[in-house]
Amino acid sequence: MSEEYKVKVEHLTKYFGDLHVLDDVSFNIKKGEFLCVVGPTGCGKTTFLNLLTRIYMPTKGELYIDGERADPKKHNLSVVFQEPSAMPWLTVEKNLRFGMEIKKLAKDEIDRRVLNMIKLLGLEQFRDRYPHQLSMSTAQRIIIGRAFAMQPDLLLMDEPYGQMDIKLRFYLEDEVIRLWKEMGTTVVFITHNIEEAVYLAERVLILTNKPAKIREEVNVDIPRPRKVSDPEFVKIRNHVTEQIRWW
Amino acid sequence: MSESPNVMTNEERVAYVQSKRKQTQLRDTMLALIGVMFFFLVWEAVVLTGLVDSKKLCSVLEVFKLFIVKFSDPNPDGALLLVNVWSSLLIALSGFGLAIVIGVPLGWLMGWYKGFDAFMRPIFEIIRPIPPVSWIPLSIVWMGIGLKAKSFIVFFAAFVPCLINSYTGIRQTKEVLKNVGITFGASNFTVFWKVGIPSSLTMAFAGIKVAIGNAWATLVAAEMLAASSGLGYMILMGRSYGRVDLVILGIVVIGLLGVVISALISKCEDFFMGWKRL
Repeated sequence: MSEEYKVKVEHLTKYFGDLHVLDDVSFNIKKGEFLCVVGPTGCGKTTFLNLLTRIYMPTKGELYIDGERADPKKHNLSVVFQEPSAMPWLTVEKNLRFGMEIKKLAKDEIDRRVLNMIKLLGLEQFRDRYPHQLSMSTAQRIIIGRAFAMQPDLLLMDEPYGQMDIKLRFYLEDEVIRLWKEMGTTVVFITHNIEEAVYLAERVLILTNKPAKIREEVNVDIPRPRKVSDPEFVKIRNHVTEQIRWW
Repeated sequence: MSESPNVMTNEERVAYVQSKRKQTQLRDTMLALIGVMFFFLVWEAVVLTGLVDSKKLCSVLEVFKLFIVKFSDPNPDGALLLVNVWSSLLIALSGFGLAIVIGVPLGWLMGWYKGFDAFMRPIFEIIRPIPPVSWIPLSIVWMGIGLKAKSFIVFFAAFVPCLINSYTGIRQTKEVLKNVGITFGASNFTVFWKVGIPSSLTMAFAGIKVAIGNAWATLVAAEMLAASSGLGYMILMGRSYGRVDLVILGIVVIGLLGVVISALISKCEDFFMGWKRL
């Protein structure tokens, strides 16, 4: 049974002192799945992510990757944070290498992956630029490239497009889908934007208000490329919206 | 306006912007030179008109003459100008260098490792407010009046800003950048090395610049009390002999050396922090 799941989350619970943020959250993720997590603002989405990345330790419960307790030192995790997180003192290329160098991959393997990622993202002209010389969206693409280049067991994205306008968001959403298909990565994408969740996900997890529990899992079986005006799409989106509003 | 950039081709516009920039640069350089000239002119005027007693202030030309003469004449303080400069530089740079080599890494370690901070902080807090000059008597007893004693005093003056700034700099490392390292599975030391230190460099360099100022200031005080050569010593001798030109020459040379050293530090900063300029 555990073979078919890449990631298993069991009874994840978190208290900060008296503040109960996360309450007994359990779910599984299949290898190569694209999972979106939505919930009302302030429901503890980021705490949830920080538990998955092991920045916080859970009060109760555990996270398993390939049947083992998740450990960033052992497993290959990648995170795209909400805030800009490119190292400002490294060039685009060196930023892309950063994670792989920490994992101490062979140099020619890093070279190969970086070259591939630069090509995939069309960053050739920005190779030797520094993040502050780039537009915000390009800087964010580097972060996404850095995360995918790790070929992680689990890729976590925390509202990576929260700050961007709608056109850029559409563009970058398609790019993430493209990378995901190309690389076969397992992705957990956290967002408060319901349309974004339905557009991207194979499955949507809806969280409740604090203390957050899973209200519902919604499978999104719409073929890609998806259209936001497709009646099926609208139906799912409305359903998710209802679920979030209902308390 | 006839030269409005709206009607230009791309090349013309680039050339236009570049020539504008060159003009601004030229203007700023000229203004800087004029500022310095103006200062000397006022000085000269004050002396020539007899507004100030010539025993209290000598003319610019006299100082310049002495500057030339001191290259070959050790009188009246007993050492050539270059010998004095060299002896001062040796003290300043050895004390200052030591302060960087010890202060900056210590600040990094204290800023990063909480336990080490708890251990070091009380000692540092006690040492910090002690005026460097108050170490003079002890350092003379311990190390005589040679290079070592004076470097020691300069070291104390330069050490504090080096440490405080690298400490503060590394404490201000963005949480998200640290988390990037941690989630990629880096050890605490790797995050310290690859994220903490690079992100603290801006602050560390600001500290180093403050430190060189402190080092110079203390150097002169140290030499005034115990020395047989050096710029501070030359100033002190000038005072003893009532040679106001010698005193002023000492002051000016210290100022100029300060400018040169600051420029060298800035070059160094550009090398390490080039990414900021681009």
